[in-house]
Amino acid sequence: MAALPPYASPLDKIWHYTFLLICGLVFFFLIFPIIVIIPLSFNASPYFNFTAKMLALDPDGYSLRWYQDFFTNSNWHSAVRNSFVIAFFSTLISTFLGTLAALGLSREEFPFRTTITGILISPMIVPLIISAAGMFFFYSRIGLQGTFPGVILAHAALATPFVVITVTATLVGFDNSLLRAAASLGASPTRSFFQITVPIITPGVISGALFAFITSYDEVVVIMFVGSVEQRTIPWQMFSGIREQISPTILAVATMLIIFSIMLLSLIELLRRRNERLRGITPS
Amino acid sequence: MTQVLTTADGVPLKTSLHRTLRRRKITALLLVAPLFVFILITFLFPIADMLVRSFDNSLVPNVLHRTVPLLAKWDEKSGQLPGEKVFAALAQDFKEGQKNFTINRLGKRLNYEKSGMSSLFRKTARKVKRLKEVPSYKQALLKIDKKWGRHDVWFLLKLQSGSVTPTYFYAAVDAHIDDTGKLTMKPEKQQIYLNLFVRTLMLSLLITVITIILGYPVAYLLATLPTKKSNLLIILVLLPFWTSLLVRTSAWIALLQREGVINDLLVWMNIISTDNRLQMIHNQIGTVVAMSHVLLPFMVLPLFSVMKTIPPSYMRAAQSMGATPYLAFARIYFPNTIPGIGAGSILVFILAIGYYITPALVGGTQGTFISNFIAYHISNSLNWGLGAALGAILLAIVLVLYVIYDKMVGINNMKLG
Repeated sequence: MAALPPYASPLDKIWHYTFLLICGLVFFFLIFPIIVIIPLSFNASPYFNFTAKMLALDPDGYSLRWYQDFFTNSNWHSAVRNSFVIAFFSTLISTFLGTLAALGLSREEFPFRTTITGILISPMIVPLIISAAGMFFFYSRIGLQGTFPGVILAHAALATPFVVITVTATLVGFDNSLLRAAASLGASPTRSFFQITVPIITPGVISGALFAFITSYDEVVVIMFVGSVEQRTIPWQMFSGIREQISPTILAVATMLIIFSIMLLSLIELLRRRNERLRGITPS
Repeated sequence: MTQVLTTADGVPLKTSLHRTLRRRKITALLLVAPLFVFILITFLFPIADMLVRSFDNSLVPNVLHRTVPLLAKWDEKSGQLPGEKVFAALAQDFKEGQKNFTINRLGKRLNYEKSGMSSLFRKTARKVKRLKEVPSYKQALLKIDKKWGRHDVWFLLKLQSGSVTPTYFYAAVDAHIDDTGKLTMKPEKQQIYLNLFVRTLMLSLLITVITIILGYPVAYLLATLPTKKSNLLIILVLLPFWTSLLVRTSAWIALLQREGVINDLLVWMNIISTDNRLQMIHNQIGTVVAMSHVLLPFMVLPLFSVMKTIPPSYMRAAQSMGATPYLAFARIYFPNTIPGIGAGSILVFILAIGYYITPALVGGTQGTFISNFIAYHISNSLNWGLGAALGAILLAIVLVLYVIYDKMVGINNMKLG
């Protein structure tokens, strides 16, 4: 589909351009809703649509008032703080436990690998509302409902599958003869772990941690059941904002989140390339 | 005689190897153990707790611990009310339940089975403590409320006296046990959940089909373009994938609402008049459009990775043997992409049937999913048993689909991003 061959018939040409048009429309469908939010967040009036002034590119139609609202509103302040605190600690827990488990799962001798992997990544498969309901019941029983530790543990559980999967993927191409070579040269298992295994899996661990961070940062169903108002995070605040009093502050927050996800996306892409380079896989 | 091979310290090689392998196995298990225990406590116990709640009925035999054993001897088919002994036991149970605040909970619990039970229990509990040394508890209770003379009330108590009950599951599929003891469907007007399950499944299927139709050409383009170009274009798929779900949902609200961007555009182009703005949100259209957008990357990415593995020479070979490009596509390329379609479809479908946020925000009453009702029963109606039963059914559907996905793709081959 790269380019039309010189012998293409007119019908082929029509079909080729129709196809490109269809693809263009789908890309438009994917990206337009995200792009459209950005100008709307500079709306001077408290609505979710383009005003006549905005369309006329009149500077009066635009303002930063929703950004100002975000930066001066204490609800949003605590939401940002909660989001980062919860995401930070749940990332720490899930990255540590997930990496250890991935190291174990990748060993040839590991028994019942399929079953155990299935159990370990089950938090990713079970619908969030079911995890939320179960955790709500169980965490209330043991006094964790409505507390920061409760929310952090819940998010760590939801995020570990992503760490396990990304780190395991890094270990798939791992050349065990490297460790044997190190041992034959006199390195202790600990030393060869830190000098050989760790540098190789580091990109996988970091991208797993990023996945874990995003999972917690974007999660809103479980936290609404396991948390209480004190643990209100950015997506939760957005959810109740949309339900209760819809204001373009939500769009301002959304714009900042889009920029944040572009940054994370670039970071993950850089890590992926570095990983491929390190392991000697040239990008195909 | 063959000599047994030994290591330097004289242990037979076989034993030594055995020992090393076992040690390595234990190390591997020890590495996985912390996460396993963690998932067990933070995730699997909660799920088990929910499943137990979907049939747990221990409240009834616990609170009515005097009445329940006596009721077992009562023959409900006789058409008679239970005897004086049962009434006396019930009065005692009520007195105790009133003291330790369990009786009203029991009333609420039984109200899920029959309306009016909650008020009957509250009223009886309030008055029963004044009863002391009455000649007949039967007369006394009947005086407090005539309902104690109704056969169906007693029948319900007997029916629910076990410590497990299937009635939450019956309720979750709109069935109940009627006053004659037969399992029947509820009257048409009270049927909610079967329709809701059907709607959830149908809308998820529709969303899956839409994502196939939209995702297939895009994945094909990405797979056949030179890597440099496709790496750029795939960002357009990955960016929505990485953008917060709440951001994408609020974007669709901005686009679809009555005073939103699309309606404004249609009015401006004179396609519709400003009084006839289209209702595209808070209904099924809103849910389907927004969820198709949210889930499209989950279709494109597996399709793309499958298409990437199909050698372009297949198509050239087919065409060199005289197939038209369309025939070559239909007979060679398309069948090779079916695993990708299958993987993407099951992934999208599994995600769609469990969706909560998007339907809650853009679905209105007609576009809500089963998840929204589970949430409703847990945080609003507080009928936790029914919420848990609905959750158990949803979980069963997802697990079946997951097993199919595992057979098709293998969970070990799952890739991210």
